[in-house]
Amino acid sequence: MNRVKFAASRILGAVVVLIIIAAACFAIFYLMPTNPAQLSCGKPCSPERLAEVEAYLGVDQSWWKQLFDFLAGIIGGRTFGEGAAAIHCNAPCFGYSFRLRDSVTNLILQRLPITVSLTLGAAVLWAIGGIAAGLIAALRRGRFTDSAVMGAAITGISAPTYLLGLLGVLLFGFTLNVLPIGGYVPLTENPLMWAFHLILPWIVLAIANGAIYARLTRGQMLDVLSQDYIRTARAKGLSETFVVGKHGLRNLVVPLTTLFAIDIGGLLGGAVITEKVFALGGVGTLLLESVSSLDIQVIVGVTLFAAAVVIVANLLADLSYSILDPRIGARA
Amino acid sequence: MTAAPPERPGRATRTDTVWARLKRSRPAMIGLGLVVFFVLLAVLAPVFAALTGNSPYAYNPELLAPDTAPAGPLGGMSAQHWFGVEPRTGRDLFAIVSYGAQVSLLIGLAATLVSVIVGVAIGLIAGFYGHLADRLLSRFTDIVFGFPFLIFAIALSATVPASFPRPLLLILVIGFFGWPPVARVVRSETLSLKERGFVRAAAAQGTSSARILVREILPNLAATIIVFTTVSIPGKIGAEAALSFLGVGVNPPTPSWGRSISDAISWVQVDPMYLIFPGMALFLVTLGFNMFGDGLRDALDPTAGQGPDRSADRSPDRGPDTPKIDPMSAGGQP
Repeated sequence: MNRVKFAASRILGAVVVLIIIAAACFAIFYLMPTNPAQLSCGKPCSPERLAEVEAYLGVDQSWWKQLFDFLAGIIGGRTFGEGAAAIHCNAPCFGYSFRLRDSVTNLILQRLPITVSLTLGAAVLWAIGGIAAGLIAALRRGRFTDSAVMGAAITGISAPTYLLGLLGVLLFGFTLNVLPIGGYVPLTENPLMWAFHLILPWIVLAIANGAIYARLTRGQMLDVLSQDYIRTARAKGLSETFVVGKHGLRNLVVPLTTLFAIDIGGLLGGAVITEKVFALGGVGTLLLESVSSLDIQVIVGVTLFAAAVVIVANLLADLSYSILDPRIGARA
Repeated sequence: MTAAPPERPGRATRTDTVWARLKRSRPAMIGLGLVVFFVLLAVLAPVFAALTGNSPYAYNPELLAPDTAPAGPLGGMSAQHWFGVEPRTGRDLFAIVSYGAQVSLLIGLAATLVSVIVGVAIGLIAGFYGHLADRLLSRFTDIVFGFPFLIFAIALSATVPASFPRPLLLILVIGFFGWPPVARVVRSETLSLKERGFVRAAAAQGTSSARILVREILPNLAATIIVFTTVSIPGKIGAEAALSFLGVGVNPPTPSWGRSISDAISWVQVDPMYLIFPGMALFLVTLGFNMFGDGLRDALDPTAGQGPDRSADRSPDRGPDTPKIDPMSAGGQP
């Protein structure tokens, strides 16, 4: 019962946060001194087209009516304009791009496979690599391996992904000519080429993120290994593998889940940079294109979408804690 | 309780121990050296410019080959142009990197300052006053923490009117999204501090809560705040560089490492030096702050072993920052 209540309160909280963020996005972007119609109109923008866009967006309405339409559109879809010129945008409607003549939801969905391929592949690499490196460092504490792993980790954290990416492109793409310098092949078309094109971006993203996992894992592990019950377990004569694997690793699950949820939630942010370096046309590229053409509907839509991903990822992490660690659900 | 360090040790002794510990840590000293080097580079940028006569804004088309790549090997390196010149414009790359250090450090440090001030204020209020203030502020912290910073910053910089000064916008945006981790740690430390004997004693004497916050609690948070400030600087510098890399940072022709790296994308095959110099500068200053910050954290709190990462303060109920309640805190404190 307690667990259900806990879950319900977290889900409710997430929904409230989403609505607040949607309202904040609306306030910041639509109520700016810049005319959103002007921005959505694109360049060049003729006066006739501007008037047309203004009528479509309903920017002549009061702000609360606009906010209501905006929020209602996300839930139930909305129609821009009237009569023959009307454009319907299906729910969930995050806006409509007059530049690309498609709903923002469609635009995001079209490009999402690229962003997801990029990030999930990298996430698998960095989670496995980072946790393994952190464990090795913790178990070899104070020795050369430890210093080497931690030195590599702080270097990985300090190197911006785009710098690593460009150096990788320079080395493996141009100089050694063994890897493609960019582009994307859909998984459904050719899985081998898909992986071949993504291997460099995966490694680059994995280095920066894996370093953080390595540091967290090492710190947590050292913390756990200094606890009394670990000493007891060792004193009982349990094998070191069992002590570390059973008692030690268990304590890493919650902090690592948290970190993983944050990273998955933040995947869009990181993807903007990586997609630019490797010329992958994912959601991040969509955002950058929209910024340079001031397509505000897409900008707001992608921002909201990214916020929703963050919130859902955090919600799932929160809910998983009560399963991973029963003490949390009971206390909430 | 004799083993526990004194609650409020004399300032001088404490600073001495911290410095002695720092000096023994080679990574921390290397980091400090890097930081000092880049601060000097930034401060002395105009001096170098005056000495060499190279301005970061002066075009030198005569130094470019017909394809607008720098003439000569290694990006046109010479006694006059130590790092070579920028492709397409022929601007001196050393001047760009040294003036870029000014931009990077100024925005990075100012944004850190903004985030620390906001974070400390919110954390103190939430932790000290509790109840409704805590619930509202903690929720607010969650919301800001959950915001996709980079996406939002990109979107914002695209829509803010061009008349708004860019560096100020970057400082505010980066600073505003940087405070939640500070607020969380300050809140949780304040929560445990306010139960300590000396704070309760002050309250019992009728000291006003504002005075308790400033005179009793804040000094005890100093170490935490200093460490958090230091470890969050590289992230702020990186944020400026990332935004400039994405084309939404400081406007050209103001030099910026991030924008130079972005421009270098199309030149990486012809003129790798154009990527290497600004890229290495960004990498080394970040590395310097990270190494120094790690060392400083260990020196101030030898028991902690956490990284300067975003996760250190995340777990909602039992994160690594969960305050360790001192069983002796109820009495015997000054």
